[in-house]
Amino acid sequence: MKAWDAIVIGGGHNGLVNACYLQRAGLDVLVVEKNDWVGGAATSRELTPGFLYSNCSYVCSLFRPEIMRDLELPRFGLQVISYEGGAVFTRDGDYLANYRDHDAHRREFARFSKRDAEAYDRYSRDVTRQCRFIQPLLMRTAPDPTSFRPRDLGELLYLGKKFAGLTAEEMVLTLRFWTMSISDFLDEYFETDVIKANFAISGIIGTALGPMSPGTAYVLLHHYMGEVDGSVGAWGYARGGMGSVTKALAASFKASGGTIRTGSEVDHVLIKSGKAKGVVLAGGEEIFGKLVISNADVKRTFLKLVEEKELPDIFLRRVRNFKIRGSSGKVNIALDSLPEFPALPKDSPVYRADMHFTDSIERMERAYDDWKAGRWSADPFLDMMIPTTLDPTMAPPGKHFMSCFVQYAPPKIDGREWTAADRDGFAESVISQIADYSPGFRDRIVHMEVRTPREIEAEVGLTEGNIFQGELTFDQLLFNRPVPGYAQYRSPVGGLYMCGSSTHPGGGVMGAPGRNAAAEILRDLAKPTLHMSPAHDVI
Amino acid sequence: MNRHVKIKSARSAAQSHFRTLRLGTPFQPRIDALGLKQDWYSWAGYRAPHSLWDEELEYFAIRSQAALFDISPMTKYRIEGPDAEAYLDRVTLRDVTKLKPGRVHYTAWCDDEGFVLDDGTLFRLSSTRFRLCSQERHLPWLLDSAIGYEVSVEEETEAVAGLALQGPTSFAILRDAGFAGVERLKIFDLAEFAHDGATITISRTGFTGDLGYELFVPADKALSLWDRLMAAGELRGIRAIGYTALNRARLEAGLIVANADFTASEHAIRADRLRMPDEIGLGFMVDPEKGHFNGRRAILEARARKKLHHVLVGLEIEGNIPAEHAIVYYRKSHEVGLVSAAMWSPMAKRNIALASLQRPYGDTIVDDLWVEIYAMRELQYQKLMKKAKVVPRPFIKLDRRTANPPADF
Repeated sequence: MKAWDAIVIGGGHNGLVNACYLQRAGLDVLVVEKNDWVGGAATSRELTPGFLYSNCSYVCSLFRPEIMRDLELPRFGLQVISYEGGAVFTRDGDYLANYRDHDAHRREFARFSKRDAEAYDRYSRDVTRQCRFIQPLLMRTAPDPTSFRPRDLGELLYLGKKFAGLTAEEMVLTLRFWTMSISDFLDEYFETDVIKANFAISGIIGTALGPMSPGTAYVLLHHYMGEVDGSVGAWGYARGGMGSVTKALAASFKASGGTIRTGSEVDHVLIKSGKAKGVVLAGGEEIFGKLVISNADVKRTFLKLVEEKELPDIFLRRVRNFKIRGSSGKVNIALDSLPEFPALPKDSPVYRADMHFTDSIERMERAYDDWKAGRWSADPFLDMMIPTTLDPTMAPPGKHFMSCFVQYAPPKIDGREWTAADRDGFAESVISQIADYSPGFRDRIVHMEVRTPREIEAEVGLTEGNIFQGELTFDQLLFNRPVPGYAQYRSPVGGLYMCGSSTHPGGGVMGAPGRNAAAEILRDLAKPTLHMSPAHDVI
Repeated sequence: MNRHVKIKSARSAAQSHFRTLRLGTPFQPRIDALGLKQDWYSWAGYRAPHSLWDEELEYFAIRSQAALFDISPMTKYRIEGPDAEAYLDRVTLRDVTKLKPGRVHYTAWCDDEGFVLDDGTLFRLSSTRFRLCSQERHLPWLLDSAIGYEVSVEEETEAVAGLALQGPTSFAILRDAGFAGVERLKIFDLAEFAHDGATITISRTGFTGDLGYELFVPADKALSLWDRLMAAGELRGIRAIGYTALNRARLEAGLIVANADFTASEHAIRADRLRMPDEIGLGFMVDPEKGHFNGRRAILEARARKKLHHVLVGLEIEGNIPAEHAIVYYRKSHEVGLVSAAMWSPMAKRNIALASLQRPYGDTIVDDLWVEIYAMRELQYQKLMKKAKVVPRPFIKLDRRTANPPADF
């Protein structure tokens, strides 16, 4: 019977990136995907005729350009377009916009505070410095600090040197940054509620923490270290929705000879004498492979796909305790016309930007309080945008797709499973918030898809619907991600690797975990990695 | 109009700035009319002219007649209160207690690490009232530094328009325009004058190394001031100019520009780009005798420990090809710095430049310095290795700049 060189479980972006690099290294690779389509959480789905939904992830910035280039993704249809800044609507009928033009940005902030307007340069300098420190670490395997292998020592030295290269002031800031709450961090620069709320957004997205929780400053950094074609920190739309990313990856994979089997859910990893030998599908079919690489999160991989007896106790305990908490949901809406927001001038670029209705950190924190109590937020935080204002391929002319990322949504309601009624109540909290700022909004809705953590876990497979496959808190980063001692994409089971966002450097549609895992696998196979570009220089 | 509607319309007026990414200054109607080249750049978000009709001739207007240059986009802070002097003494490098009312000085200010935040001019309008002009914006820094002082700091960039009138006939134009008493202004003096029912400030200052004045006027009186000067200057060759011409004049005068000749500390992402005053030729401003000021400890420590890594120098380069952004070498091979501004000086008839060098080069080692000029000629670099000599700044010294009474051309 055929034994594949490698079987990748899950056709999400990291699984496909990993598969592409392995296939291009000469391996015979099979990707098995439980859904009838590939993409994981980077999909474009036509759930109502004529409308494509980016129904999980919805914007693109973190995806590494080195990967796009190595895997020739533009040739396979990937195009990322920058969008305008964003805005926070205020409850008194105004809004705070973020404009791309530096001086317009300052003037807009000066409408609320002249001081804050002039504080932006220093804020931006400090955050940029931190990004530049972190960025080169994304495309490297985190060192194992307990190992004395020359490679690990070398990587540790690299990390140490980078840290030592900081000035005393920067070092202080770095340590503060990695441990502070975004609220405390912003207090050092800004005084105005809406301006702080505007920047705090990146500190809470995808995270089961409030803006006042320590560790959220780093989450902001995670959202800032991407780029659109060299414009660091910028965000864009994948033309055709986020599915274009994985569609291009799948096409690149197939073009290099790879095989994808959709509609094939893995029941468990086949393990013999502590070594992975393949996978067994839900229907009982056995597929043999010399290596198995899991794109699923670390909990799903080791608590569902691998038998407990194959794993060391401490590893198992740490996997169980790995924080991968559901905190967000998604409402995807097809609209028969562009919504109006009376607070916005009709010609405002904000229509082509991300929009928010939470105008203070206090309100964000109260929304988080609901999560802690096991409820969806009565006054939710929304990250809302209408990609069809820039992307003509996702809806018929004049009609629009609106993506609403919603926080907070707990994995369970008062300790019990979500029900259909809960889901409707959650959707209503979102729609009523939008309608408060956009009269007649409900009448424009053609179709709507509501996804609570329950739906996201059921369809995509992300445990608790956590978009990052694990919190981006400092205790779960670098050589501690996902589990100390197993941060280099290998696992306690021989031949079983991890390549999902549960691994370094974490979540977002970045591709770096998939790429880094491929580099480790090829190292173990003593295969060359010449087809993998080194990380772009940060100069 | 009821109150609610009023608030709404004021708000939508304020919001509408997104439709005009490059604002006009209060002088814009006049400048637009003269901007034959439509050659604009963004100066702090304002539409400012690189050149209006001919950058060479605009430069010669500065040196031969009088040139009118709009400085409204410059950042201006009004600093007022019984503690204003003590406060500014603490914020800036120079001794403000020596700055008498009616005087102006060129100064700079640093962060707590002693790195230069910006340079600018400080106008002492009265014993308790100052105006600080700068390239960059510093309100959070100025407000934080004001804690504990009885002083108010207000940003007034938009409220106050500014003009630089520079060149040999500038005095005669002001006198002919009817600003009686302007002849009494010595270099770095300022005084208030009546104009169109308002009060304006005229100082004998400028950025050209020439005889010249700067005028600050409430924004709503800007156009009538422009017209008054243009009318008075008609027979004295007055011309409006753009930044390219001014930039040449300032280089001849040996003056530096923030974020062109050094990186202001709030913009420096790379830690090694930060500069202390001694590293950009502003060490003379540091007054260790005057008591505490922001950055004092760090600057004095760097001096004591000889930790000043850079030096900004004036260079005279052989030949006549400008060495803009050329790399500076020691013995033609060892890289020691970078030219930040360079030109052939029409007034000095020399090829001049400003450069930042790594000490000891430019400091104790000044011989055997070279610049490598990449001159693009018809799609080919002509690479030239030219000898450079460290020379004192300014590159030109014009007696008319300081002559009293000012010459009447």
